[in-house]
Amino acid sequence: MALKIVKGSIDRMFDKNLQDLVRGIRNHKEDEAKYISTCIDEIKQELKQDNIAVKANAVCKLTYLQMLGYDVSWAAFNIVEVMSSSKFTYKRIGYLAASQCFHEGTDVIMLTTNQIRKDLSSPNQYDTGVALTGLSCFVTPDLARDLANDIMTLMSHTKPYIRKKAVLIMYKVFLKYPESLRPAFPRLKEKLEDPDPGVQSAAVNVICELARRNPKNYLSLAPLFFKLMTSSTNNWVLIKIIKLFGALTPLEPRLGKKLIEPLTNLIHSTSAMSLLYECVNTVIAVLISLSSGMPNHSASIQLCVQKLRILIEDSDQNLKYLGLLAMSKILKTHPKSVQSHKDLILQCLDDKDESIRLRALDLLYGMVSKKNLMEIVKKLMLHVDKAEGTTYRDELLTKIIDICSQSNFQYITNFEWYISILVELTRLEGTRHGHLIASQMLDVAIRVKAIRGFAVAQMATLLDNAHLLTGNTQRNGICEVLYAAAWICGEFSEHLEDPMQTLEAMLRPKVATLPGHIQAVYVQNAAKLFATVLRKHDGETESQAAQETSQLLIDRLPLFVQSANLEVQERASCILQLVKYIQKLQQKNVEVAEEVTALFAGELNPVAPKAQKKVPIPEGLDLDAWINEPPSGSESEDEKPKAVFAKEEPKHSRSRHTEVDEKELARRREVRKQEQASNPFYIKASPSSQKVYDAPGVEHIPVVQIDLSVPLKVPGMPMSDQYLKLEEERRQKEKAERKKKEKKKKREKRGKERKADSGPESEEDITPAHQVDIVTEEMPENALPSDDDDKDPNDPHKALDIDLDKYVPHCRHLQFIHVLHIVMCRNEFFSKTEIYDFKVVVSVIFENKSDSFLKAMEFNVLDSLNSKLQRPEGAGAHDSLTVPFQLPPGVSNEARFVFSVQSIVMPQKLKGTLTFIVKSDESSTHEKLDFKLHFTCTSYLITTPCYSDAYAKLLESGDLKGSSLRLEGINMPFHHLLARICFHHHFSVVERIDSCASMYSRSIQGHHVCLLVKTTVSIDAKCDEPSLLGNVLDEIKQTFSKC
Amino acid sequence: MIKAILIFNNHGKPRLIRFYQYFAEDMQQQIIRETFHLVSKRDDNVCNFLEGGSLIGGSDYKLIYRHYATLYFVFCVDSSESELGILDLIQVNLLQFVFVETLDKCFENVCELDLIFHMDKVHYILQEVVMGGMVLETNMNEIVAQVELQNRMEKSEGGLSAAPARAVSAVKNMNLPEIPRNINIGDINIKVPSLSPF
Repeated sequence: MALKIVKGSIDRMFDKNLQDLVRGIRNHKEDEAKYISTCIDEIKQELKQDNIAVKANAVCKLTYLQMLGYDVSWAAFNIVEVMSSSKFTYKRIGYLAASQCFHEGTDVIMLTTNQIRKDLSSPNQYDTGVALTGLSCFVTPDLARDLANDIMTLMSHTKPYIRKKAVLIMYKVFLKYPESLRPAFPRLKEKLEDPDPGVQSAAVNVICELARRNPKNYLSLAPLFFKLMTSSTNNWVLIKIIKLFGALTPLEPRLGKKLIEPLTNLIHSTSAMSLLYECVNTVIAVLISLSSGMPNHSASIQLCVQKLRILIEDSDQNLKYLGLLAMSKILKTHPKSVQSHKDLILQCLDDKDESIRLRALDLLYGMVSKKNLMEIVKKLMLHVDKAEGTTYRDELLTKIIDICSQSNFQYITNFEWYISILVELTRLEGTRHGHLIASQMLDVAIRVKAIRGFAVAQMATLLDNAHLLTGNTQRNGICEVLYAAAWICGEFSEHLEDPMQTLEAMLRPKVATLPGHIQAVYVQNAAKLFATVLRKHDGETESQAAQETSQLLIDRLPLFVQSANLEVQERASCILQLVKYIQKLQQKNVEVAEEVTALFAGELNPVAPKAQKKVPIPEGLDLDAWINEPPSGSESEDEKPKAVFAKEEPKHSRSRHTEVDEKELARRREVRKQEQASNPFYIKASPSSQKVYDAPGVEHIPVVQIDLSVPLKVPGMPMSDQYLKLEEERRQKEKAERKKKEKKKKREKRGKERKADSGPESEEDITPAHQVDIVTEEMPENALPSDDDDKDPNDPHKALDIDLDKYVPHCRHLQFIHVLHIVMCRNEFFSKTEIYDFKVVVSVIFENKSDSFLKAMEFNVLDSLNSKLQRPEGAGAHDSLTVPFQLPPGVSNEARFVFSVQSIVMPQKLKGTLTFIVKSDESSTHEKLDFKLHFTCTSYLITTPCYSDAYAKLLESGDLKGSSLRLEGINMPFHHLLARICFHHHFSVVERIDSCASMYSRSIQGHHVCLLVKTTVSIDAKCDEPSLLGNVLDEIKQTFSKC
Repeated sequence: MIKAILIFNNHGKPRLIRFYQYFAEDMQQQIIRETFHLVSKRDDNVCNFLEGGSLIGGSDYKLIYRHYATLYFVFCVDSSESELGILDLIQVNLLQFVFVETLDKCFENVCELDLIFHMDKVHYILQEVVMGGMVLETNMNEIVAQVELQNRMEKSEGGLSAAPARAVSAVKNMNLPEIPRNINIGDINIKVPSLSPF
């Protein structure tokens, strides 16, 4: 036996440890995967051994392999084993592995609850610490529910090391189990003033995270944070608090006013860039929240902009980046102060750092005005030409379009200029934003009626030069523009000078190389053009031109009829037949133009993208109701197959069907191949690319890439720069005219006050070149204006939106939260012959809700036979206890009082009074507050884990007496129900089988309480003390009647 | 909140990964690859912030990184964290601490290798700095003290049973040829039959 142990330990010496594994992997660079798989086999062997050291070593290696991407979830159980080792060294390895690879779906997690609870209460602070750290990574809703109370207790641990970890992990617990937030909150708040800076920082951290999601619930903490901000020296804490204020100020402008001064002081005094930056950020947030009519804050804005300029000019790229980021925030409310730094921002566009360039672009987006739009876009166009790399160039392209189209083309004064910009953008090679340009073209052409004539002319040229754009036929490539061009030319063809020429351009054989959806638009719009041409020649008898047009269509359309794209094919053949019919009519000299035009009559109005969603459901229409009787028979049939035949029959027929299909397909394919082979127009594929044949569409047709080294200048296109010049000239002219007018006026009103007219022109002075009528998108009648479509219903933080202030009834001066929480219960004399005497510690939180100072608080309770307040020796039985603190306005604090309790089987209400002195500036008054302390039976129960076998024995023993309870009107999910019982009544789940769960708890006097909860919401309960049980059940009933 | 901390080298090999939100292993590797791809193509003299890996986070998340010798330290954080604060955290706490404070004591020239062989130790250090995605402690002295106390505890626990293991690992570290590693005491009886039983 001894020999075996020695041999085991020697064996172990030569096991690979982590370092050996790493070294091995590095030595097997060529066959790493193979080496690792042998290592995993070894690890599996090691995990089978009894020696915990070997197992821990194996788990440690697994953690490394997990980092390399190997799934190690198969070892989850072994990890739990190592976690439960009594030695810290191994425990740490286990928890590390668990934190790396456990998650909510890991089923062994439920085995860990008791182990973690044990570790949390371990006398060794590092065991507790390691458990907390591990738990923070893999906490699940179940773990959170079961351990919330334990962790809450740890928040008041004597060691700051534990306290700070416990405080921090509470955030994770809240996320997984939102119900714990309310009871834990007072204590969390208390930790903001913990003597240990680490604990304080952790509490600030947690509250900041909570407040970031639901700021309004945390406004009441503002005074406390304000105090912290002015007193703390820890930059990290300061940054967090200042960031939090940034989130709170929009809700409470008064807070902002108070903040400006200390923040400005910090900005002037701090040397830490991180703090300076956050201060500037929050000042900006404050300024945004304050109404713009606060002229005395312009100094603060100037200060911010100044500091940001220093950051942007700094050689440190990080500061430059953040400076730009903050600048964009100021821009929203104070665009003027930023616009004066346009030079600096345009400079940043030349920066070698892409992130900085993108930030600068973002800023430009907000900086444009009617006045400078053309200039800025011109600069950007220069950058587009210079830009290397398509990603950045594409980014520029989207930004240009964003800038121009923002807020419904607000800043565009000349749409001809914009159309030319769009046309110029089509020159970009290899862009992936063809679709974006196309949609802009459509948008402008549809919504700006005045521009249609110009747009149509431009689009016609584009179509004419389509061969320049078809180099890139990939999805979203630039050829998408042709989609827009064809549609615009067709829809607004009345503006076309020479529709015949455009029609001819649209029917060139080359068009067949375009993607299907574009061809479809071509075909459809060719028909529209055809209608226009007919109308043009309407009235001319024996019109040669009209007949030629028909002939052209009849000649060219068959190409599209052969298209592999269904849409194209269908439209083409439909229109071809139509034209053939028209041709017949034409030959009989029948007037057809009017009828053909009628096909495309009517204006197409733009429709808002949300329009469909906004159509209100008419009253009395239930969309979920069945229109016909639901087919009841078929469903049950699916579930219960009656006969073998009934089930198998359809299968057979189906498979036969597909067989036929496949045969048919193969036959057709063959036919097509032969047809293609004999067709001289078909380019034959090389044998290697034969597979492509099966794919529908035109992708397999080889496309000749046009390689042009000279930048394309499409003939006849006006360059946008010309517009810039024209616009300037126009403005000059207008200005001059205005001046003249004003001079005239002045001459008339000589002697009157002189108006300043030579200053920079204001926005309103710039009149648009065209009187444009921007058509707004159509919305259905009665559409609701609400815009809450974007909220994510799955946001976990929604559950944490709990109003923490509303909970307790307000008293004028003092808020009294009777948290009955048994912090410690020690049975002094635990012997069967003597009387049980238990001590119960009640922690009471006093919160001062008034604006006055409260002091000399005295707490007194009328003792009952059963429960007595423990008073210091020598004090009388009715003397009151002094609360050991005073309460400044808005502050809360916790005091603890010890009661001795004899019997715990009944709930008790103790009457008490609190006397205190309210001290305000002028006077001080004596006040009294009556309260009741409610000692529920539940509060004597302690969450105690119980294993199912022990539980079964307990039930079998027959010592327990039963009782049962039905809960009415509960409609919450079963696991929520369980969670509530666990949390509010200190039970733990022993076992859960389908529709029922068994739960257990123990009182401080050792009574067993067992529950069997069923999904029918009935509870069977057993306990060795019937009156205790009855009372606990009553309390459970009450809990659920509240919800 | 910090969503992830990644340390990888100039070739994208992970040296330490710590996700504070669950991702399956292959997704983790994909994120590492994407992050490496984003970070590695940046010059050393550009800013240390990067917006949006598409896999991790989204628009609210930023990558904040430091490039130190052969290693990248990358933090993926949301808007509640201060950018410069995190940079300081990496610089002041992680780099100095990981490289200088702990490892300097054991190794004379600290380099990537030390991180490779002591991933677990770096994890333990990191656990004292960041917990569950939130910064736990920024005071370096406090971190050093806690880590050392835990290491001391581990040593004292190791006691006798760990001593031979340490001796062996010292022998292994002597860079002997491969042979000693293949020795398995259990097999000696079979391999060396000449040692006849007494």
